[in-house]
Amino acid sequence: MTELPKSTDRKLGLVIDLDTCVGCHACVISCKGWNTENYGAPLSDQEPYGADPSGTFLNRVHSYEVQPESGAAQLIHFPKSCLHCEDAPCVTVCPTGASYKRVEDGIVLVNESDCIGCGLCAWACPYGAREMDQAAKVMKKCTLCVDRIYNENLPEEDRVPACVRTCPAGARHFGDFADPESNVSRLSAERGGMALMPEQGTLPVNRYLPPRPKDRIGEEIDVLAPLLAPVAEEPTGFLAWLDRTLEKL
Amino acid sequence: MHPAPSVIAFTTLSSLGFGLLFWLGLGFPPVTGWVAFTFFVLAYLLAVGGLLASTFHLGHPERALKAFIQWRSSWLSREAWTSLAALLVMAAFGAGLVFAATALVPLGWLGAVLSIGTVLTTSMIYTQLRTVPRWHQLLTPVLFLSFALAGGSLLAGMVHLAPWLLAAAGIVQLAHWYLGDSALARSGTDLATATGLGAPGRIRAFEPPHTGPNYLTRELVFVIGRKHARKLRVIALVLLSVLPILLLLLPFHHVLAALAVLSHLAGAACSRWLFFAEAEHVVGLYYGKR
Amino acid sequence: MPPKQPQLDTSPRVSDEIRRTTCYMCACRCGINVHLKSGKVAYIEGNRDHPVNKGVLCAKGSAGIMQVNAPSRLRAPLKRVGPRGSGAFEEISWDEALEIATGWLKPLRESAPEKLAFFTGRDQSQSFTSFWAQEFGTPNYAAHGGFCSVNMATAGIYTMGGAFWEFGQPDWDHTKLFLLFGVAEDHDSNPIKMGIGKIKARGARVIGVNPVRTGYNAVADEWVGITPGTDGLFILSLIHVLMKAGKIDLDYLARYTNAPVLLNSDRASPDYGLFLRDEAGKPLVIDRVTGQPTAFDTPGVRPSLSATWERYGIAHRPVFHAMAERYLAPEYAPEAVAERCGIPAGRIRAIAAEIARVAFDEAIELDRPWTDFRGERHDKMVGRPVSFHAMRGISAHSNGFQTCRALHVLQILLGAVETPGGFRFKPPYPKPAHAHPKPHCGTQPGHPLNGPHLGFVQGPEDLALKDDGSPARIDKAFTWENPMSAHGLMHMVISNAHAGDPYRIDSLFLYMANMSWNSSMNTSGTMKMLTDTDENGDYVIPRIIYSDAYASEMVAYADLVLPDTTYLERHDCISLLDRPICEADAAADAIRWPVIEPDRDVRGFQSVLCDLGARLGLKGFTKEDGSAKFADYADYIVHHQRRPGIGPLAGWRSTGTGRGDAPEDQIQRYIDNGGFWLRHVPEEAAYFKPWNAGYQDWAVETGFYDAPQPYLFQLYVEPLRRFQRAAEGHGERQPPDHLRAQIREKLDPLPLWYEDGTASDAYPVRALTQRPMAMYHSWGSQNAWLRQLHGRNPLYVPTRLMREHALADGDWVRVSSAHGEITVPVMEMAALNPNTVWTWNAIGKRKGAWALDEGAPEATEGFLLNHLIHELLPEKGDGQRWSNSDPVTGQAAWFDLRVRLEKVAAPVESQPAHPPITSPVGKGPRTLAWKVGK
Ligand SMILES: Nc1nc2c(c(=O)[nH]1)N[C@H]1C(S)=C(S)[C@@H](COP(=O)(O)OP(=O)(O)OC[C@H]3O[C@@H](n4cnc5c(=O)[nH]c(N)nc54)[C@H](O)[C@@H]3O)O[C@H]1N2
Ligand SMILES: Nc1nc2c(c(=O)[nH]1)N[C@H]1C(S)=C(S)[C@@H](COP(=O)(O)OP(=O)(O)OC[C@H]3O[C@@H](n4cnc5c(=O)[nH]c(N)nc54)[C@H](O)[C@@H]3O)O[C@H]1N2
Ligand code: SF4
Ligand code: SF4
Ligand code: SF4
Ligand code: SF4
Ligand code: SF4
Ligand SMILES: [Mo]
Repeated sequence: MTELPKSTDRKLGLVIDLDTCVGCHACVISCKGWNTENYGAPLSDQEPYGADPSGTFLNRVHSYEVQPESGAAQLIHFPKSCLHCEDAPCVTVCPTGASYKRVEDGIVLVNESDCIGCGLCAWACPYGAREMDQAAKVMKKCTLCVDRIYNENLPEEDRVPACVRTCPAGARHFGDFADPESNVSRLSAERGGMALMPEQGTLPVNRYLPPRPKDRIGEEIDVLAPLLAPVAEEPTGFLAWLDRTLEKL
Repeated sequence: MHPAPSVIAFTTLSSLGFGLLFWLGLGFPPVTGWVAFTFFVLAYLLAVGGLLASTFHLGHPERALKAFIQWRSSWLSREAWTSLAALLVMAAFGAGLVFAATALVPLGWLGAVLSIGTVLTTSMIYTQLRTVPRWHQLLTPVLFLSFALAGGSLLAGMVHLAPWLLAAAGIVQLAHWYLGDSALARSGTDLATATGLGAPGRIRAFEPPHTGPNYLTRELVFVIGRKHARKLRVIALVLLSVLPILLLLLPFHHVLAALAVLSHLAGAACSRWLFFAEAEHVVGLYYGKR
Repeated sequence: MPPKQPQLDTSPRVSDEIRRTTCYMCACRCGINVHLKSGKVAYIEGNRDHPVNKGVLCAKGSAGIMQVNAPSRLRAPLKRVGPRGSGAFEEISWDEALEIATGWLKPLRESAPEKLAFFTGRDQSQSFTSFWAQEFGTPNYAAHGGFCSVNMATAGIYTMGGAFWEFGQPDWDHTKLFLLFGVAEDHDSNPIKMGIGKIKARGARVIGVNPVRTGYNAVADEWVGITPGTDGLFILSLIHVLMKAGKIDLDYLARYTNAPVLLNSDRASPDYGLFLRDEAGKPLVIDRVTGQPTAFDTPGVRPSLSATWERYGIAHRPVFHAMAERYLAPEYAPEAVAERCGIPAGRIRAIAAEIARVAFDEAIELDRPWTDFRGERHDKMVGRPVSFHAMRGISAHSNGFQTCRALHVLQILLGAVETPGGFRFKPPYPKPAHAHPKPHCGTQPGHPLNGPHLGFVQGPEDLALKDDGSPARIDKAFTWENPMSAHGLMHMVISNAHAGDPYRIDSLFLYMANMSWNSSMNTSGTMKMLTDTDENGDYVIPRIIYSDAYASEMVAYADLVLPDTTYLERHDCISLLDRPICEADAAADAIRWPVIEPDRDVRGFQSVLCDLGARLGLKGFTKEDGSAKFADYADYIVHHQRRPGIGPLAGWRSTGTGRGDAPEDQIQRYIDNGGFWLRHVPEEAAYFKPWNAGYQDWAVETGFYDAPQPYLFQLYVEPLRRFQRAAEGHGERQPPDHLRAQIREKLDPLPLWYEDGTASDAYPVRALTQRPMAMYHSWGSQNAWLRQLHGRNPLYVPTRLMREHALADGDWVRVSSAHGEITVPVMEMAALNPNTVWTWNAIGKRKGAWALDEGAPEATEGFLLNHLIHELLPEKGDGQRWSNSDPVTGQAAWFDLRVRLEKVAAPVESQPAHPPITSPVGKGPRTLAWKVGK
């Protein structure tokens, strides 16, 4: 099923709000926790207490500095996991069919028992969304928490990805992009949701909301200047103004 | 990209092996009996050895057979099929030469096509990757094919054709490097498109997500020093092309020919090492590399 | 034809059972659902019903599972067998451990209880530990607040009867402009993130004032990259501009603050600067209706902000006169402060204008009638939707108290405290300083202390001094050096004990504080003090008992180690008597309970204290017959009574309000309810709490205090003036001469600004630390998942200094201060004040600690800035080494640090490198693939 479905019934994915993400890594660890215990092999760690610790994570938070034309440099926290691309190159390169995109909701998954661990899909993904687990030797990637979002053992409101449920700032949103009325479609439309590396032709489903313009208060000073007109030039004038004004209240 | 020894060994050796099989299939050199047997054993050692080496790279080699399933979309799967087919067809062809001293010519031609086809499918595994602009160019299959043909001709003892093919391989290699060096810049992918944040040059990767390394940084974000790469390029070019040509131009001697083969092999391995080591995967952009 | 897909089980079983308790990966105390499979922790997520986190969970909380399985966990009580600091221990039984402790402590109690110093760190059971210390009879007790954020707490309580910290919150639902000063993470970790998310979703704006633009400041719409230590000046300039423009809430000031209270303004009078009071001691204001001085709380009074009064020839004028005189002065004009603050004058004005616009042009009204303490009925609640929050960035400087005061005064001038859209208290606050206890230090061998250790002094008479005027406490809290040290001075304990100043102690008993590493200044010096011996070869600090759950750096310096359980294995109580989990709209408290059983010989420390208390025969811990009063901490939680009907937990008491008898199954009730209890504040009592009759009645009902106690916000803090008067020579208790000038200058009853620390050409760069959101102090590094996020800490250097020193990422610098030097790797950062460097706090580790490999990057590349900070300032030519603390509160001035950078060749590892300590628990495994289910 390395071939991609022509279209999927739903297009489930995430909206990540770069204006709100504070870079706390909560989504990173809750993803690690859920996916270590659930779908497939645990996400392992090598030298966890050693000199060179590393491990498998399905979601990582980068950070970038942007220097605008004028004004102070800005810092943007940038969480990144699988974008569940419509034209997912990671799927088509897979020789075994272990990688596939689900017809019903578009989730891109790895069927671990078919994975030979060739690593090619990780090479094919432009976003670095796939990591080979060094203990299980199979390819790991964000499952969009497929074992949560339909899970009847969870209360309805908890049927969202672990990272979305945990995000303290509310910077992550989950929904169906095929439905123009869904929360994610509307947020993306309102705030100019961006696709990453559009030129790669992967047609990612996930969208990123750009940071809002920053550091603009100084520019508005003229409009606001009358607000600061002095009530009196001298302290005595100020004291007189006090009770005069109080009386009027 | 991380230059994994198993993958370098695989592509270098199997390229030589299938190159040799290609020429054998076309009837060069026209050998039969024990001599043919020796040539075929050499070719199979290289080709199969290479294929085996490639399985070291797999997380689950015991499941390798599953790789045959997705031939409709996956070049890796197609490579599995073409290599298997090439090895089977050439085995039949070789058996004719060795045991019956008969060249089943159409079978040889088919085997030749499949052998070179295997090299092509291997090259397409890399060429198809848009994520590695240096590889994602027409010259990549040409490079692989030219190496296979040149190396094969050298092994096949085609002392007249080989220098030309070696020269061609050298030129293709130079062109591949030349175009490859600007491929990432030309690809249109940069940190700005990767993040959607602002104009290029105004954005800078700050902290990586984890202070330690991870699979991606080890596997895809290998960075090689520029000076180092320059040096290795010269060595690769000299060994794979220049030196073997010179050796072939000298009065023929088996020792010189063997040296030419070894030199080419070393050069090709060096070139392959650089092929990986210099390849910039776009994911490196996210990590602030390149 | 749709391709064939594997069949997936999309409804796998999540767990066998969920147990709901309270997180303790930090002090935020979120509710957690612990999923168990076959009795093992399988997954931890946030509790959606919990008032603190409403389901979300931070990185640390989600990594709790790795804390429980951490190889660094202690296994059994330890007795030191090698020299102190070596880490050589022998595991012993609990009986032996408790006998040793009893043998050491009992004689002290019977002869000189002050020879025990009991200090607790990241503890959440201070009402219990302090009770224990009080019963023991030692005056030497405090928790970590003194080096943490006592400036914030004290300034808040003296000014408005409540502080930021986790005791209040912006009105996240209504605020339109949120200003954040000096916060990287704070105790309210999740609530702040949730709040910022909430206001951003509404399109409201955030202004971040911080030299460093990360985290909250990175998402702020406006970043003010202020010069460290100058916030006070910036805030006073905002006050200058706003007052001058009349953008202040006069009605609010007149009604709810001491702005109209009459001050003795006659410099010649001995009472100069004190309030004019009536016979009942109530401060007087001039009533605009009668023109007469009237008690501030008289029904119908209309206080005047400008009328003056003369009595017996002495001029009295309202506090607001003094404020106008001070803050309208040109020294606070934006142009006068801009350069020092590193903020252009235009920007200061623009920010003031934006504050004014939102506060007054976008004022909001809630249709909620309420009645004030003077009996006046209001049909609306008018709000100024500008809110503020601040933490250690302004607090951890030696001018922090006054800076925090300045910020509160700004909030009050705007009428933005306890009004809709502004800052709101969380019960049991508001509670004015005068309603808090005062410090006690009366010891008597064999007897409890004469009252609680910590409190709020009202003047020199309340200081903790002995009859001879010398400090009664080992940390010299509540002395002339820092009279209002409401949380004690934990950072001075070891150095004072080592110096025998003010006296020698015998036993140092520490709990949950990594005092030989990241929580001490002068870390190398501290390690030396802990191991120093006298002429007889005995340790200068004779005995050290320590309770930790993990093999921290401090463990190595103890003689006796009492191993604690983890937070999932013990009872805890997050009490209204302490630091509860309340929200502005509800009083709430919570518990922890053993959701799993410990798999080793460890015991909950509080239970151990109950046991030890009984062995020592402390009255509060023994029955009449001398047997133990409490079987364990759970027993204490249910049965201890602080006042009749008031105990550690307020939930499910007999009256249903928070008062009354605790039911026997109180803990089970909490467990059944998700680990917490909650009582909502009635709607009409939700704002204006200090003056809202409805709230005051509700607070009494809930048990916070026994009678309503409305009060005025203290723009002018009279107790400060009382210390100034003493320094001017008035009164019986007199400060030593060398402190007079400092007290006169810095204990000003109106906020002022002075330079923090010592500016110096030799050390021109400011150096700071920040908390990483995904790490809790030192204790995150043992966590296999978290340490991958922060395994080392570079020094972040602004682009300007990178250029100036020709540095590139990964180069090394020697950083020196007046006290010491470190050599560390650098990383460039553009979004940073151009004269400031910083690093993540407490990532650097001692080799061998935390069961980490000796080559762990935390030890080889990580580092502490603490080596550069000393608890005493360098000698200034007056022969004195002044304490590196705020002169009002004793707050440790971590952020006063000034340094110099020099590029150096990369050393083998970051410097100083200390020899490894032996791990008492071995090392961790080579791989981890933690899955408890099938
Ligand atoms: N340079 C610099 N230094 C600073 C600061 C700064 O900003 N900059 N901040 C200061 C501040 S505000 C603070 S509060 C201090 C904090 O410093 P500390 O109070 O020392 O905090 P931790 O490092 O968390 O150490 C607490 C100890 O508690 C132990 N512990 C953890 N869980 C348990 C448990 O369940 N039971 C027991 N018994 N022990 C446990 C840990 O193992 C650790 O040894 O650091 C201060 N130091
Ligand atoms: N994740 C996590 N959470 C924690 C802790 C932890 O270790 N990890 N520790 C807990 C403890 S004990 C405490 S006390 C709180 C502290 O929480 P915070 O108050 O957030 O403490 P710090 O991280 O020290 O952050 C101080 C901030 O002030 C800034 N700053 C420094 N000097 C100045 C200044 O002069 N002016 C201004 N405007 N800003 C300045 C620094 O850049 C930094 O951003 O966090 C608690 N919460
Ligand atoms: S949990 Fe939310 S705020 Fe935190 S890093 Fe992830 S997306 Fe950002
Ligand atoms: S983000 Fe990468 S792994 Fe995910 S679907 Fe796209 S290409 Fe595949
Ligand atoms: S690693 Fe596994 S999933 Fe990826 S391409 Fe190879 S077989 Fe397919
Ligand atoms: S959707 Fe699930 S698997 Fe994907 S990043 Fe979020 S938590 Fe991880
Ligand atoms: S903020 Fe995080 S670590 Fe702290 S209590 Fe809440 S979930 Fe636990
Ligand atoms: Mo703290």
